[in-house]
Amino acid sequence: MERVASALITVIIGVGGAILYFYLSNLLLDTIFSARGKGPEAARNQKIAATIRPWLFLGPALIALCLYLVYPLVDSIRLSLFNRTGETFVGLQNYAWAVNDTQFRESVFNNILWLLVVPATATFLGLVIAFLTDRIWWGNIAKTLIFMPMAISFVGASVIWKFIYDYRSEGSTQIGLLNAMVQGFGIAPQAWITVPFWNNFFLMVILIWIQTGFAMVILSAALRGIPDETIEAAVIDGANGWQLFFFIMIPQIWGTIAVVWTTITILVLKVFDIVLTMTNGQWQTQVLANLMFDWMFRGGGDFGRGAAIAVCIMLAVIPIMIWNIRRANAEMKGR
Amino acid sequence: MAEVSLNAITKSFGAVHVIKGVDLDIQSGEFVVFVGPSGCGKSTLLRLIAGLEDITSGTMKIDGEVVNEVAPSRRGIAMVFQSYALYPHMTVYNNMAFGMKLARASKEEIDKRVRSAADILQLGPYLERLPKALSGGQRQRVAIGRAIVRNPKVFLFDEPLSNLDAALRVATRIEIAKLHEDMAGTTMIYVTHDQVEAMTLADRIVVLNAGMIEQVGPPMELYHNPANLFVARFIGSPAMNVLPAIIEGANGDARVRAEGGDPIRVSNKIPSGSKGRPATLGVRPEDLTLATGHGIFNGKVMLVEKLGEVTMLYVDVPGAKEPVVVKLTGDVSVERGADVGLTTAAGNLHVFDENGISFPRAHA
Amino acid sequence: MIAGRSKSGNAFVHLAVLLLVIVWTAPTAGLLISSLRAKDLLSVSGWWTALTATQQSQVGRAAGPEAQVEENGRYFIRGNVFEGAAAGTVNAFGVKIGDPRAFKAGETADLPSGGTIKVNADGSYEIASDKKFEGTRGQRIFYVAALPPKFTFANYVEVLSTAGIGQSFVNSLTVTIPATIIPVLIAAYAAYALAWMKFPGRALILSLVVGLLVVPLQMSLIPLLRMYNNVGLFFGVPAKTYLGIWLAHTGFGLPLAIYLLRNYMAGLPREVMESARVDGATDFDIFLKIVLPLSLPALASFAIFQFLWVWNDLLVALVFLGAQNDQLVLTGRLVNLLGSRGGNWEILTASAFVTIVVPLIVFLSLQRFLVRGLLAGSVKG
Repeated sequence: MERVASALITVIIGVGGAILYFYLSNLLLDTIFSARGKGPEAARNQKIAATIRPWLFLGPALIALCLYLVYPLVDSIRLSLFNRTGETFVGLQNYAWAVNDTQFRESVFNNILWLLVVPATATFLGLVIAFLTDRIWWGNIAKTLIFMPMAISFVGASVIWKFIYDYRSEGSTQIGLLNAMVQGFGIAPQAWITVPFWNNFFLMVILIWIQTGFAMVILSAALRGIPDETIEAAVIDGANGWQLFFFIMIPQIWGTIAVVWTTITILVLKVFDIVLTMTNGQWQTQVLANLMFDWMFRGGGDFGRGAAIAVCIMLAVIPIMIWNIRRANAEMKGR
Repeated sequence: MAEVSLNAITKSFGAVHVIKGVDLDIQSGEFVVFVGPSGCGKSTLLRLIAGLEDITSGTMKIDGEVVNEVAPSRRGIAMVFQSYALYPHMTVYNNMAFGMKLARASKEEIDKRVRSAADILQLGPYLERLPKALSGGQRQRVAIGRAIVRNPKVFLFDEPLSNLDAALRVATRIEIAKLHEDMAGTTMIYVTHDQVEAMTLADRIVVLNAGMIEQVGPPMELYHNPANLFVARFIGSPAMNVLPAIIEGANGDARVRAEGGDPIRVSNKIPSGSKGRPATLGVRPEDLTLATGHGIFNGKVMLVEKLGEVTMLYVDVPGAKEPVVVKLTGDVSVERGADVGLTTAAGNLHVFDENGISFPRAHA
Repeated sequence: MIAGRSKSGNAFVHLAVLLLVIVWTAPTAGLLISSLRAKDLLSVSGWWTALTATQQSQVGRAAGPEAQVEENGRYFIRGNVFEGAAAGTVNAFGVKIGDPRAFKAGETADLPSGGTIKVNADGSYEIASDKKFEGTRGQRIFYVAALPPKFTFANYVEVLSTAGIGQSFVNSLTVTIPATIIPVLIAAYAAYALAWMKFPGRALILSLVVGLLVVPLQMSLIPLLRMYNNVGLFFGVPAKTYLGIWLAHTGFGLPLAIYLLRNYMAGLPREVMESARVDGATDFDIFLKIVLPLSLPALASFAIFQFLWVWNDLLVALVFLGAQNDQLVLTGRLVNLLGSRGGNWEILTASAFVTIVVPLIVFLSLQRFLVRGLLAGSVKG
């Protein structure tokens, strides 16, 4: 109960404090550099105030960003060159260890698998579903249902799918949906998440299940944005459904497809909940994000190695980051 | 040959009836313009011919063959859209070649037809460009070129000039007229809300209103002999002046009296049964001239507009609901507030019965 | 509809989408249905069997002789085998324990001790005899009935009271609500500055925000953990507090918030703000009275985003709040349960559903805003 009360108080203090800060700081600025009156001094003051004021607005955000994102970014890189407690400088030793560590190599291999399969599959499925649902009257209901898994946490989704993958020995009643179907076809049931190499794909299904809705929503909007008349002109030119899809619709939404694909890619690199919940990296399912979490707390925590793994994840993200910044800049020039 | 025949065509979108029964026969090689106010169904009718919408009831034939269930690409039609509808990710060449590529034509055949269309429209230098690198007028020509490549029997135009600026509109209009001459034997159906385009381009005009045909005929026919009030007011700019009136005499002694005015002799054929019934009197602004002294219509000049080649007068005639518009050639000096009399030949007077149908005039 | 399109093509689309929808909703449906089943049933049969009526052999006891009534010289005992329990449909019945299917429902059977018994499909029975019934106990009736699916809330009761889910639910709320509200406020001011104020370095800061959008969380964890530990040591306070996680989520959520809000604010009509300026309003006034109210849709979009993100988060909670029993948020608790009660699916399914019910409600009721937030800045030509 006092927890709830303290939360409530924090919200009030936080919100009130923020408003108060902005109000008071603006008031202060306007008082010191008063722009009242008509003399040259007022004009000069207004100029000064206008120069300072943006920084008042930006201040709290900039501090938070620097403290929680920029500083850690730099510090992580630094820590990756230090030992487990962060006190002794060890150079590239952590990276050398990583390259030779079997679990690390397994994680990189798995991550590459994830990166190849999940964004492409989720984007492709999202596109197909967006295309199909736009053609039926109950399309919106269908889209809501397919989008729904996005609201579920990765952990919750993992429980759901762990239930589906449940394994009982051959011959007994299966309570897991997959094994029940498999047994119904006369094939022996498997403990799916323990099968080396293939278990990765069973884990990927979970992320695809969640992210397809995201791809579908965005690509559906993009498809709707295609001018109807280009489709009609193609129909007159004799294009059937497939040809319309491949030659007319997809080329016109390439940009959006790329955005969706890269966004899911970044998510794939960050997601550790699924692997942690389903297997905790056993049976060769380890991925970098989970590995890092592991090393952060293993045996009291090895910050050096953990930071090194984080930096590796970061490296994979950099090309996308550059592409995003370039795109945003180009767009802003157009404004 | 390329005749288009519409028989009792209706089109409804759910409970909304857009086309309420259209019968029309278009001859091979004709240039027909569908014209009418917004929402009259002209674009819908065009799209029915194209096959982009299906027909609710009625029969449509192209070249003698019933096409109700035939897909658009098989009807022998080609369409030029208002927004050009070019494929933005393909070059001009590929835009024009797309249809033939889908039909698996040979490379040589495609090249021949694309280049020949490009020659007609002077698109040669632009073949490798993307649409976004073209001006509006160039894009429109590419859209026309794409249609030409299809070698259609029927060419459909959906308000193709609406997105162009005024000067370009005139130039492109002339090009379309030339195209019709060059492609004799191809039927062209053109939709517009601009009656100037209709009057200049059409062999026959189809005036549509609220999903039904008001009148079909050559431009001059519609101008001189509008079948009803709607057509009379739609064709001609500024619109025909109309005044409420009563029929006072019939047959040989056809007379009509506008409210607050004197009886006027008209040359329309008015049957005797119409005596005493309400009617509408119509006269075009360009048919009115200033009378010396008392005229058929008399009133005070409210506004004078001098445009150089014409002078427009707005005269407040008692009994008329709106100012009577007069279009005089040249620069005429008339004072605001002056009392004027307006006159015209009896043959220029149009009389419409209480349902808006016109009484035929003695001379056509 | 375009002329000449085959009607069967459309049927294919309907079918395909139906199939996809079934595949997508079956997992969650399975969870929900399982969480409502009785514990013993869960581990022996698949959840899909619970959807249809099951055939079960049961035994009931008719009312005793004290319930008999006399009519026209005959004695009757009447009642219903389902009395008190869920009603089903009797298919067959018998009076001997080995043969519950001896007679079809609606037939009349002879009782070994004399008299007849008839059991109908709806469960009602009638025992008739010419002699008065003796004894104290009623006749045993064995029957086979189709019983409707039986659901129970028992799992939820157990989960909320003993498995710690209730506590974790409160924890999750405590973490999520402030962590949603605080970033919105701070970001709104910054977004306005980046959208409408002129100052050097604006483009740079914007690029920074866009770049930070994709920085993985993992980069921030170790340094922040160290910093919190040091701060804790320095001030003598625990390193893992709610305040700490609120601030952390604020920091992590700011890039997206600023990006979304800035894009939206930049699209607001300039004339409205200029006319306010002519009227003498300062930037602060314009922000508070014009921009903020007009930006409510974008604020709502981000708030929902952030709410879902924080509620569903596991990593930040584990790192900054800890894995102590009473500090676990719902996601952490779920992982915990998977480890400790891995075989008890009735606990796991009910717990999982409790964790997802709040985001599902938020999602279903405010979906429009969520979609708009996703689309902002994502749809490119």
